[in-house]
Amino acid sequence: MEDAGFIIGGYVLTFVTVSFMSWRVLRAGKRLGKQVPDADKYWL
Amino acid sequence: MTTTDPTLSPTDSDGARPDTGVGTGTRGTRIIGIATIVAMGWLVAFGLGFSPEDRDQRESVRLLYVHVPTIWIAYLAFIVTAIASGMYFFGKKHALGWDRLAGASAEIGTAFVAVTLVIGAMWGRLTWGVFWQWDARLTTTALLFVTYIGYLAVRRLDGTHEQRARRSAVIGMLAVLEIPLVHWSVRLWRSLHQEATVLGTDGDVSMDGLMLFSLFVGVIAFSLLYLWLVLHRTRVMAMEDLLDDRGLDDALAARRAEGGPVDSGPVNSGPVDGDRMQEGAL
Repeated sequence: MEDAGFIIGGYVLTFVTVSFMSWRVLRAGKRLGKQVPDADKYWL
Repeated sequence: MTTTDPTLSPTDSDGARPDTGVGTGTRGTRIIGIATIVAMGWLVAFGLGFSPEDRDQRESVRLLYVHVPTIWIAYLAFIVTAIASGMYFFGKKHALGWDRLAGASAEIGTAFVAVTLVIGAMWGRLTWGVFWQWDARLTTTALLFVTYIGYLAVRRLDGTHEQRARRSAVIGMLAVLEIPLVHWSVRLWRSLHQEATVLGTDGDVSMDGLMLFSLFVGVIAFSLLYLWLVLHRTRVMAMEDLLDDRGLDDALAARRAEGGPVDSGPVNSGPVDGDRMQEGAL
């Protein structure tokens, strides 16, 4: 594949970015979930 | 009342279930999360494997299966921000849930625009020979990105949750007006950027079937990711706001306890920082 570095690099960069965002939001949810009572979690 | 029957769920002394300490995940978000991972796998398979190369752009067309869906979903995210901002601002209840949805959606949209700009620069290097040109489409997209960075900065200013919601709702409703400018910039000004291949004004789709399918897979994958992220982020924001309020209540209680009995006479001292910042909440 021509220009494989740019193309694969673009995909890798995208997946690293969205994975980092997902990990961050899950980690924040777990951390805050321990401090908030279940009664205040409207999604449960 | 506590129970000794092991077949019953454990309860605390008030008869209520004890806190589980779970985060923002539910069965629904787990299903969406798995669907997102599967769709992303399909995107890699079709984007990098099954899809043919383009006659003119050659292999660089593969970057467009990420570039185009991310900007479309960013547009969607900013439209959701504007609608949620309007629901907060013009709604009778001024429910903060709308504000949190607006904020979460804008965060994700801004990240997606950043991805669009970086992938677009890579595509530009392969197709045009340069990473960046001060072209109408590129410049208006960069402006859109900076606008929403400003929106997110305003959300972090000091003040009550209501003040945050009011300020950001106004910006959220105005900033969305940039989207038509970005989308039609290639028609309004002479642009190096190509015109729309799928959402053109003539309604024709000038793409090979497998290429169009790869693009469709990308749109599905990033739509699912957006939905998953916005659900989790909105719930995180709800807990942040709750803990913020609880911290304020505790601080006020401590301050009152320090001061002893409250004197009902006139108070001449000016407001302290904490009181001034939170007066809207009281």
